[in-house]
Amino acid sequence: MLMLEKRPQPSRLWTFATPVLAVVLTMFCGGLLFAALGQDPFETIRTIFLDPLFSEFAWFYRPQLLIKGAPLVLIAIGLSFGFRAGIWNIGAEGQYIVGAICGAAVGLAFFPMESFIILPLMVLAGALGGILWAMIPGLLRVRFGTNEILVSLMLVYVAEQLLASMALGALRNPDGMGFPGSRNLAQYPSATTWINQTIGMHWGVVTAFIAVIFAYIALSRHIFGFNVRLSGQSPRAARFAGVNPSALVLICMGISGGLAGLAGLFEVAGPAGQVSIDFNVGYGFTAIIVAFLGRLHPVGILLAGGLMALTYIGGEIAQSNLGLPVAAIQLLQGMLLFFLLAVDVLTNYRLRFGTKEIT
Amino acid sequence: MTMKTILAGAVLALGMATGAAADGHEPTTVGFVYVGPIGDGGWTYEHDKGRLAVEEAFGDKVETVFVESVPEGPDAERVMTQMALQGADLIFTTSFGYMDQTINVAAQFPDVKFEHATGYKRADNVSTYSARFYEGRAVQGHIAGQMTESNIIGYIASFPIPEVIRGINSAFIHAREVNPDVEFKIVWAYTWFDPAKEAEAATVLIEQGADVILQHTDSTAPQAAAQAAGNVVTFGQASDMAEFGPFPRVSSIIDDWAPYYIARTQAVMDGTWESKDTWDGIGPGMVAIGEISDAVPAEIKASAEDMIERLRTGEYHAFTGPINRQDGTAWLADGEIADDGTLAGMNFYVEGLDAEIPQ
Repeated sequence: MLMLEKRPQPSRLWTFATPVLAVVLTMFCGGLLFAALGQDPFETIRTIFLDPLFSEFAWFYRPQLLIKGAPLVLIAIGLSFGFRAGIWNIGAEGQYIVGAICGAAVGLAFFPMESFIILPLMVLAGALGGILWAMIPGLLRVRFGTNEILVSLMLVYVAEQLLASMALGALRNPDGMGFPGSRNLAQYPSATTWINQTIGMHWGVVTAFIAVIFAYIALSRHIFGFNVRLSGQSPRAARFAGVNPSALVLICMGISGGLAGLAGLFEVAGPAGQVSIDFNVGYGFTAIIVAFLGRLHPVGILLAGGLMALTYIGGEIAQSNLGLPVAAIQLLQGMLLFFLLAVDVLTNYRLRFGTKEIT
Repeated sequence: MTMKTILAGAVLALGMATGAAADGHEPTTVGFVYVGPIGDGGWTYEHDKGRLAVEEAFGDKVETVFVESVPEGPDAERVMTQMALQGADLIFTTSFGYMDQTINVAAQFPDVKFEHATGYKRADNVSTYSARFYEGRAVQGHIAGQMTESNIIGYIASFPIPEVIRGINSAFIHAREVNPDVEFKIVWAYTWFDPAKEAEAATVLIEQGADVILQHTDSTAPQAAAQAAGNVVTFGQASDMAEFGPFPRVSSIIDDWAPYYIARTQAVMDGTWESKDTWDGIGPGMVAIGEISDAVPAEIKASAEDMIERLRTGEYHAFTGPINRQDGTAWLADGEIADDGTLAGMNFYVEGLDAEIPQ
């Protein structure tokens, strides 16, 4: 008989092996799914996971991976602090939107002046916007004990309405013939976050890498990281150790909100270019998957963000080259999280065959 | 820009490929970028029917590719670039929000022909095409104004762009013509396709007393909501939506893209493709009115069919004066017909509408 036995300590080996196993299982079951849809499973898996990297047109797709992956990594890094401490900010999408609005507003206010100071000010405004939006659920939790999961999620919908009203009102392009949407910031040299479009480099990509390094140091080498981990594992012990739970909530919400706001700003003034009604495409939600797929570890998140970006871009190639429906791609992405959570059990439990010995 | 130099190489290769297509060496590849899933039952569904008609018309001489549910933003640009790289000769981008992306990508691939639906920006290799949906809206208003008993007609609008505002105006003018007491309640959904949001909008309108629901969004969710409410009249949007007939769906506006798609594909094969703007209505068959069901009293049906006939022959124009703007100033004098320029950029409501265009 198959049995689960609790490990005295979470397995270090499985902590690293489960994400890999989840990816392998996803590929396998995805392959079965594609076969059921009448596709060659090997060709489909190759198209999704390898073509963006190694096909004839990889020179175009590789930079796209950076563009698609950067906001995911940046947001996920921010979320990982809170998630480790048991603070569940589900509303990164909203903070991403508000960061983009604030940052873009600063840039648009300066138009058409050219100055090196504009982009730094926009970056600041973007981060502040995200932080302020995250402070709402943060302060409500600290002050009134509300559930930050619900409040932060609900604020996403408020942010979406705010975005629509900005695209139609205050930030609308005066030269846009009455159509919704702001001026194109990507075409405004002092405000654009692009560094080099050909290689997919914008300041968001740079910041994502920097965030990974800082998060790594903070979590493994700094007392703050220790407090975060301790609060997640044992809130009582953390209190004895002198961790102020309220401050920790606000700091974690602030970090995740600030990084999400930055991601929004980098996107709106770079790849997206303008504040438009449907500017947000779900990075804030996908980043939650990325954070868990990366085991809430900075390096893991970097890899997971790359993998997620790969499935998006490979998924589009598979759609157009193989005629695969978009739902199949979304199913594949969903499977990834599903299997990750499922095989996670191996980290804390071991499989045993036979009956339990009585000792 | 360096992006251009790299792409230029690819374009050169593509140029040879396109040349080959003309003399029948390989099939002409036609790409389609869709904003919703092909199973939306409305807008994207009809574009995909057009794609299938192209395949049927040309058989082995053509190959079609498509990507569905592509967000309007950087993702759309990537999907188009990818299609062009993979050798598409002609690409239809089927949502208003793809406008700038289409122009951007087209500039990188001068030998690939692009067709953007419902936009106004053209280039040497970018055509625009749209249908005079407002002719169908006139018929809807004519029927709706007489079918309503509460004198409240609910309207689910998508984005405040001229195409949508034109539809509201046309429906309103013709509803008022037959029923001076009729009022419009308008809900802006800020989406083309989101069944949950659309259903919610329909429910809100029904709760506010609307017994006719008109929609400018793409899913069948409002039809289902009306069906659940019991005594609410609806019209199929973009597609016939006949599965909701004979009640609540009493008629529909059907977009028939097939003849246009076939003609443009033929033009690419013959090498006669030229950039142009196409705006066709009921006359050329791009807009069709779905069967008016028996739930509509015979005399209303007869007068509606008479109106369809007059629109078809061009004897009647849906915007014929006297029509005042919402603020009471004169727009069209008695018997005057609106010019296409004003219609294309329409950003005002007509007199009598008690609502404001979102700012």
